[in-house]
Amino acid sequence: MLPRPYRVIRITRHTHDTFTLEMEPADGNPAPYFQPGQFNMLYLFGVGEVPISISGDPGHTRAYVHTIRAVGTVTEALCNLKIGAQVGLRGPFGSSWPVKEAEGSDIVIAAGGIGLAPLRPALYHVLAHRERYGKVVLLYGTRTPQDLLYRKELEKWRGLFHTQVEVTVDHAARDWFGRVGVVTKLIPGARFDPFHTKAFVCGPEVMMRFTVMELMGRGVETENIFISMERNMKCAVGFCGHCQYGPTFICKDGPVYPYSQIQHLFKTREL
Amino acid sequence: MQVLDKVLSEHPFFKGFKDSTLELLGECARPVQFAAGKTIFREGEPADSFYLLTHGLVTLDIHLPGKGPVTIQTLQEGEVLGWAWLFPPAKWHFDACALQLTRAIRFDGRCLMGKLEQNPELGFELMKRFSQVIVERLQAARLQLLDLYGSGTRT
Repeated sequence: MLPRPYRVIRITRHTHDTFTLEMEPADGNPAPYFQPGQFNMLYLFGVGEVPISISGDPGHTRAYVHTIRAVGTVTEALCNLKIGAQVGLRGPFGSSWPVKEAEGSDIVIAAGGIGLAPLRPALYHVLAHRERYGKVVLLYGTRTPQDLLYRKELEKWRGLFHTQVEVTVDHAARDWFGRVGVVTKLIPGARFDPFHTKAFVCGPEVMMRFTVMELMGRGVETENIFISMERNMKCAVGFCGHCQYGPTFICKDGPVYPYSQIQHLFKTREL
Repeated sequence: MQVLDKVLSEHPFFKGFKDSTLELLGECARPVQFAAGKTIFREGEPADSFYLLTHGLVTLDIHLPGKGPVTIQTLQEGEVLGWAWLFPPAKWHFDACALQLTRAIRFDGRCLMGKLEQNPELGFELMKRFSQVIVERLQAARLQLLDLYGSGTRT
């Protein structure tokens, strides 16, 4: 439960409010191994603690990578850190994208906005073991072309012969040569076999709701659709109850759930 | 089967239509091509046709004063461009522009309307299909209005 000190070794600015921190343990030992989809609690001394998904390559554990949107006191303070600053870190916590169980299946990764960050480790894993999977599709929607995360990597992934990458934005000026429209519109054109597909979905809940509906419309079964949930967290180990979601705790039982497990909760307004 | 009828039969919008129906519809259709950057129609102009897109990417744009054109949606192969011809005052609501080399089958609205009035069953079927397109566009517009990615705390 005690945070371990980490040192910021690299900062990348993506958009006006989104940035990536790369951090390594201050004691020089490697960071603990993590599974794609898990999160850490980042503690900025004297300010507070926030849960942040790990967005780096699970094959590289020398350091942790976190992509963060500055939306509150702690994340805004994290945004102002300089290289060499120290951050307390607890983790990794939570469930993960079932990348092992998905071997032999087609993989559909559908991301909205900053939801691409928790999905990136899954994509790294799948691409590192590409021969173990069928078709691989990345569908990504964001607000404008200026809000695209990991743009260079998106272009690189799009250049791969074995991976379908489709990107859309909600609106754009005429210097954007890609698609404009909601992310769900990308699903009809995605090439996958619905009987042998695992879909990983992450983004705002409304986006996930409509994406799941489209995937089900294509014939993907609910037990093969996985979504990443988010609620306020405090302890991250299932004691405090801040992130209770129905009979589950998102920090411990989630954040990644099979949709079949929580579909009865998903449309419950009070949750 | 004629080449045009074959293209029509393979387009999702006409999926399930009989050959004789496609032949009838084909009498109002012709293949067209637009170079990248070419305007297909402009907001306010008479809407007298629709297009089945078979290749490329088309933007629907609206002009904002001081900001120029803003793309609100793109359409691609397999989709339908234009339903304003069906309803008075039959004027285009947006600009449509080919973002890439775009190929389509253009249907003459007046010719088609004449055939549909003589064949109400076909007219009803076509209206159902256009309604589906309109509903999908409406749903997409509603989702865009939510500004899904604009706020929230997902980290």
